[in-house]
Amino acid sequence: MSRTVVLVDAVRTPFGKAGSMYSGTRADDLMVRAMRGLLERNPKVNPGDIEDVAIAAATQTGDQGMNLGRSASLLAGLPNTVPGYSVDRWCAGALTATTSLAGAIAIGSIDIAIAGGVEHMGNHPIGDGLDPNPRFLAERIVEQDALAMGATAERLHDRFPQLTKERADRYAYNSQMKTAAAYAAGKIQRDLIPTAARIPEMGWGIATVDEPPRPTTTMEGLSTLKTPFRAAGRVTPGNSSGLNDGATAALLASEDKAKELGLTIKAKLVSYAFAGVEPEVMGFGPVPSTIKALAKAGLKISDIGAFEVNEAFAVQVIAFLDHFGIADDDPRVNPYGGAIAVGHPLASSGIRLMLNLARSFEEHTDVRYGLTTMCIGLGMGGTVIWENPHFTGGSK
Amino acid sequence: MTTEMKLPEGAPEEVITNALVRDVDLTPFGHKGSLALITLDNGLDHNRPNTFGPQSLAALDAAITDAIGRAPAAIAITGKPFIFAAGADLSALSFLAKREQSLAIGKLGHDVFRRFDECGIPTFAFINGLALGGGLEVGLHCNYRTLASTALTGLPEVFLGLVPGWGGATILPKLIGPERAIQVIMLNALNNNTMMKAKDALSLGVVDAVYEPADFLERSVSFAANVLSGKAKIERKDYSTDPAWETALATGKAASLKKYGGAEIASPMRALELIAAARTNTRGAGFDAEDQALADLTMSDPLRASLYAFNLIQKKRKKVEGAPKPALARKVAKVGVVGAGLMASQLALLLLRNLKCPVVMTDIDQERADKGVAWVKNELAKLVEKKRMSEESARRLSLLISGSADQNSFAGCDFIIEAIFEELSLKQELFKKLEKIVSPECVLATNTSSLSVERMTEGLSNPERVIGFHFFNPVAVMPLLEIARTSTTDDATTATAVAVGKELKKTMIICKDAPGFVVNRLLTRFMGEVTDAVDEGTSPAVADSAMRSIGFPMSPFELLDLVGPGVALHVSETLHANLGERYRISPTMQAMVAAKVRNFYIKGSDGKLTPNPEALALMKQGTTASTAEQVRERALRALAVEARMMLDEGVVSTPAEIDLCMLMGSGWPMHLGGILPYLDREGISEAVCGQRFHAPGIASLP
Repeated sequence: MSRTVVLVDAVRTPFGKAGSMYSGTRADDLMVRAMRGLLERNPKVNPGDIEDVAIAAATQTGDQGMNLGRSASLLAGLPNTVPGYSVDRWCAGALTATTSLAGAIAIGSIDIAIAGGVEHMGNHPIGDGLDPNPRFLAERIVEQDALAMGATAERLHDRFPQLTKERADRYAYNSQMKTAAAYAAGKIQRDLIPTAARIPEMGWGIATVDEPPRPTTTMEGLSTLKTPFRAAGRVTPGNSSGLNDGATAALLASEDKAKELGLTIKAKLVSYAFAGVEPEVMGFGPVPSTIKALAKAGLKISDIGAFEVNEAFAVQVIAFLDHFGIADDDPRVNPYGGAIAVGHPLASSGIRLMLNLARSFEEHTDVRYGLTTMCIGLGMGGTVIWENPHFTGGSK
Repeated sequence: MTTEMKLPEGAPEEVITNALVRDVDLTPFGHKGSLALITLDNGLDHNRPNTFGPQSLAALDAAITDAIGRAPAAIAITGKPFIFAAGADLSALSFLAKREQSLAIGKLGHDVFRRFDECGIPTFAFINGLALGGGLEVGLHCNYRTLASTALTGLPEVFLGLVPGWGGATILPKLIGPERAIQVIMLNALNNNTMMKAKDALSLGVVDAVYEPADFLERSVSFAANVLSGKAKIERKDYSTDPAWETALATGKAASLKKYGGAEIASPMRALELIAAARTNTRGAGFDAEDQALADLTMSDPLRASLYAFNLIQKKRKKVEGAPKPALARKVAKVGVVGAGLMASQLALLLLRNLKCPVVMTDIDQERADKGVAWVKNELAKLVEKKRMSEESARRLSLLISGSADQNSFAGCDFIIEAIFEELSLKQELFKKLEKIVSPECVLATNTSSLSVERMTEGLSNPERVIGFHFFNPVAVMPLLEIARTSTTDDATTATAVAVGKELKKTMIICKDAPGFVVNRLLTRFMGEVTDAVDEGTSPAVADSAMRSIGFPMSPFELLDLVGPGVALHVSETLHANLGERYRISPTMQAMVAAKVRNFYIKGSDGKLTPNPEALALMKQGTTASTAEQVRERALRALAVEARMMLDEGVVSTPAEIDLCMLMGSGWPMHLGGILPYLDREGISEAVCGQRFHAPGIASLP
């Protein structure tokens, strides 16, 4: 009893720098805006026919508490007959919301669902309110480094000496340039939902573009940045994603339902997998999860024609590429740039990868398969493999 | 425009509403260019709405200049969360001392607001929340308006004694036509300041589009982009040749005359003039006329009295003068109502709906008690039918109401109110019986209108828990509650009574237990002078129309009909017995009660009142006829005398409480300030009592 699950559409709010353009905006309001934007773009979907809503956040208190899946649905004006729940797998929250709902669709328990993710890192600074069990360190279950994501990135450099700071900076620089080019070509804006944001001292404004990108980045500039996680380290604010605010939402459906309602089909889910690694090198997580997902799909890495790899840290992306023998500047990888440029509001990012991949699929009808993957704190990776519905036959 | 305006002397410091400007890129909305978005924000939460005083207007003026300087495709204005703007800053208005000042503030508003129409750039108002008076008028100056689906809007000026004088009276009739403009400016305002729901504002044409609040601003910007790009077309109509002008204006005038008992009150009349002129005038000419009307009204005693009354009502709704600490109030979890007649049933319903606790009604037999309960349940059913209550709520409340012939069912009550026959000995006996059934803390309240509460405590073991709790008919509608303390009523009882009154959403005054408390004492004295004049030989028509020009909601005899001659006679007898000869007992009234003639007027099918021949036949008249002027004079002088006596006796401690009572208890109009500001400004207070009730400037021009 397995049915094909499709991505109907995905959108996001523009991403902000923490404490900046969304400093006066609530996380749940960002989530609501993404959901309403998604539904507005898909008028053929009757909101009452949505059978579940799964919303992710890495910190589930305050304006990200109260079971966002349910509370954001009510706030978004969905009928109260639509149920909802919340998801947490840290950075892979929205990815997990997607795979959980996909599972439910695949076994036939639901037909249409909304997955989403939000993180307002201005309101919820990373690590805020956490209370790590002292046993972690006392019993050496993990090392201290495992609890600070920047430190895990440094540990990747330690483990793979070929991943130099220069390579990481180069990767980061390219991410900024690719994002700038994509913006110039109007390729990013098309999936952004303009979002009203008020800053008490400035009044109302409407966010229409991402705030974090730095198109004027230079290699020289990157080389001079401090390494906050370690003296004489390699991980800098320039080759990492920042602290950001934003929300994403995706509409998922069974392929049959999508066809019945005449909905767009932007990608078809082929397989997914999550996998664990040593928490100290959590950035390596996408490697085992991808191996697993490929195996489940019966595919080889060479079958994948489009990659959306979350850029928590540049080193973690190049570790992944290195493992699979893919060049750092391979054009199949993150063609519109990634989190280093546009930002990484933790739990929301998974769906940003999906909407970028969906656009790549549209542009590259010769590509049959693509994947979205990301690393997850405390040593995990998650990968989803998708099939291009626009594939017209070709090399991959 | 750089008019520097200062606040009038003595005025409280202005809470400045800032106007912040930001650019919004219209490209994602399908139009090239940007929109300069002005946000009105006074930096406080929604409990303190944005308002416009001189500095706020200057801030908005600067923001418009800033916005124009950005060379945008459009300019829009919106508010802070939940609030667009609540209009002019009224707090300074009472302090304007010169006509020029008041003219200048009117002109300043126009000069700033009209820039939205005259700047040559398309302008939009995104009315995200409450927009009243000048708040809505800012929007009217803009070329297009969107409104949040939950926002209330309105032009309450005529309710307050003003006119929509920052453009509303001129622009709105031109925009939506005479009938609808009369509805908004006159009928809504005169109907106890009714505000428009969003769907009404849309159907009336006051706004062009309504959007849900969740993404109101985004959709409003999208609307603007569509208008700019021509995708959306908003048609405007020329109403100057509309055939409805005459009838619409007549409707407005009739509503005003009806509200003020036939009197032509300045503010609605001026508003009508402005609306009539809007048919053909230019906007500029209309604005000039608005300035003049505003200045005239602002520099008039009626407006000052009206502002005083408005502030008084607002303030006293929250804070009860002389109330003990709320913490002293005891919990009320079960309520008793003695009696199951109409008044008692109304009280039971009111208590039930607001306290949502068990309410027990008793009467002399089960049948009467059951009738009372059935009435309450039927009222609940009607509320459900009218969709003013959910079925579940009605079911919940129906289970809480019960009726019995056995007063032992009051056991466990925390608050009992009696509404039995107005006979002191019966009430005394009742309270003694109740004492044996309830705890010593249970409040025993009486809804008597004129009997001595103090005497009802005679022989009680716990007289400190007895209190007067006097409603006005109809109890669900009339907002006033007189709470009368006897010499022994304790603070806990008073605090509990006030807490119950708050739950009932009543405006309260706490007075000494004195005959007729405040409202009935004044009204009876006032009406007594009129009936006396008739009894002496004045024609009823002359006597009853003597007060017409003042603007009371109804004439003395209409009021008499409302109260009923029986009740009126009873009250006048009680007051005669307790307060003396100045309360006379009218032989005509005695004759009417004896003959069971209930009405002085008969209402025709056209609503017109004609004297009841049966009543006229019962008149016991002398031969001394007074002129209308004389009747008026003696009635008003009597009010002044009685009010002064009440203050001297300490029935209430401040003149303001008397005014509040007349505003809320007998619906006397705001332009009289209740009554005392009117008596002051007519010179009656000084002539009769040798002093004013209010210092000049409190409720009058300084």
